[in-house]
Amino acid sequence: MIIKGKVHKFGDDINTDDIIAAKYLISTDPQELGAHCMESIAPDFVKQVSPGDIIVAGNNFGCGSSREHAPVAIKGSGISAVIAKSFAAIFFRNAINIGLPFLESPDAEKINAGDLVEIDLASGIIKNLTQNIAYKTPGFPEFLQDLVEKGGLMNYLKEKENKNV
Amino acid sequence: MGYTIAEKILLAHTGKQDIRPGEFIEAKVDLALGNDITAPFAIEEFKKSGFKKVFARNKIVLVPDHFAPAKDLRSANQCKILSNFAAEQKIKNYFEIGCMGIEHALLPELGLVGPGDLVIGADSHTCTYGALGAYSTGVGSTDLARAFIDGKCWLKVPGSVKFIYQGKLKKWVSGKDLILYTIGQIGVAGALYKVMEFCGPVIRKLSMDGRFSMSNMAIEAGARAGLIEPDAITEEYISKFKRKFKFYKSDSSAEYEKIYAWDVTELEPQVACPHLPSNVKPVSALKDVKLNQVVIGSCTNGRISDLRVSAKILKGKKIKPGLKLIVIPATQKIYLEAVQEGLAEIFIKAGGIFSTPTCGPCLGGHMGILTEGEVALATTNRNFIGRMGSVKSFVYLSNPAVAASSAVTGRITHPEEL
Repeated sequence: MIIKGKVHKFGDDINTDDIIAAKYLISTDPQELGAHCMESIAPDFVKQVSPGDIIVAGNNFGCGSSREHAPVAIKGSGISAVIAKSFAAIFFRNAINIGLPFLESPDAEKINAGDLVEIDLASGIIKNLTQNIAYKTPGFPEFLQDLVEKGGLMNYLKEKENKNV
Repeated sequence: MGYTIAEKILLAHTGKQDIRPGEFIEAKVDLALGNDITAPFAIEEFKKSGFKKVFARNKIVLVPDHFAPAKDLRSANQCKILSNFAAEQKIKNYFEIGCMGIEHALLPELGLVGPGDLVIGADSHTCTYGALGAYSTGVGSTDLARAFIDGKCWLKVPGSVKFIYQGKLKKWVSGKDLILYTIGQIGVAGALYKVMEFCGPVIRKLSMDGRFSMSNMAIEAGARAGLIEPDAITEEYISKFKRKFKFYKSDSSAEYEKIYAWDVTELEPQVACPHLPSNVKPVSALKDVKLNQVVIGSCTNGRISDLRVSAKILKGKKIKPGLKLIVIPATQKIYLEAVQEGLAEIFIKAGGIFSTPTCGPCLGGHMGILTEGEVALATTNRNFIGRMGSVKSFVYLSNPAVAASSAVTGRITHPEEL
């Protein structure tokens, strides 16, 4: 899967309250949640996102609560993928489970806001088209790749169930 | 090479002969928990999946606690999704207001979690039960939906980091201060994807409530779990429950990725400053910080011993005029105890309010939202931007004794000042 988009840049320790404030957790609708994505720390973020854009952040992205509303809000805002130096553990599994593409890359800090980047999820290669440079990431271990390829946890489970029957 | 307590519990819940950090496992869970924010998502996923019945109706717990008692119409709808699902699936452990409590105080109190258990919860503070020697960890709503179906969860086995606390705690220094100090030292990603194992002579003397406060905030350092080996204190806590528990201990040959050892004899109460739980300073460095609100409660510090120490400080005193003091017992049992012991009366006479159990203001839900420019000191666990309301408000975190003392003076105060 190839994803291409313009970069929106964030720092370290972006928490799930930043991504979607608790007052909006009265909905499970991706569009409604997406409309308030990053509102507390970047009020104009949603207005600036074009469908397919990419978030690039520092360490520990998605720390804090377990709310799956966070990766859902990111998807709902039109963002197609997240690149960060590292991800918080619950956000990591939520993104896998709902099928939000993401990559961990130590080179995240070299990517600037507004850069156009292309991600190849299978190879784990990030191409920075603006800076004309490529970054290699380790990609996902086999188990997670399998989950992502099947389109998330529930599809993975259904397939497993069908095999057993 | 031996196993840590975390590895032993995980191993016992797989069909495997051996597990090592970094490995992916599919584990059988003893209990799966959801609340009024995370469970509606899970129930939606469960229904979409086409599966009809939950795997075991006695291994699922649903607690409407975050926005309950329902703060508005849409929260009422979310709570209703839980109660309908519980009725439909005959889920025994559904707790309506009246028998409800903040989930992470309620489950240990009822003996639903205990030593040796593997618990997942669609709530990040599920790590609280590590205090009992359980492996308990926060997951998402889809994980919960999956557990509804087959009682399993995918997990990556985390490496462990050991924290040894030596010396003797001073008066007014609690489990909350130990964990704030720890997060201050290692940062909010200091134990990212690791198990924190708390040990040493100070932990062995720490009360169960103090241990819950510590394990509760392991997630604030990025950890998957915060474990304490069960001992006589644990045994006493669980002795009233009829079910069987398993006491695991780490092998002396177990491997740790890192070991921290601190002498905490000189430690004074700690306070986390806005806007990260790792922005920690000793209380004496913050005596000029003026407050508009003090909140005593939450899954971190809403237990009876927290209310007792607060009441001891507030007895016969009045809070600073104009300050708002909000006291929230974590469960109905604690609520009743606080009434019977006269604690509620002390809070009310001091000029505070005493609420029914709810997560409420901790996550900016209800029962004490901050507006622009307001400053709060809370016994809760997070102080992110906008956590308790306005993005232009400020939240400091402390233990209950500091919170109660500060309510009297109207600024951040060491209890020994009073």
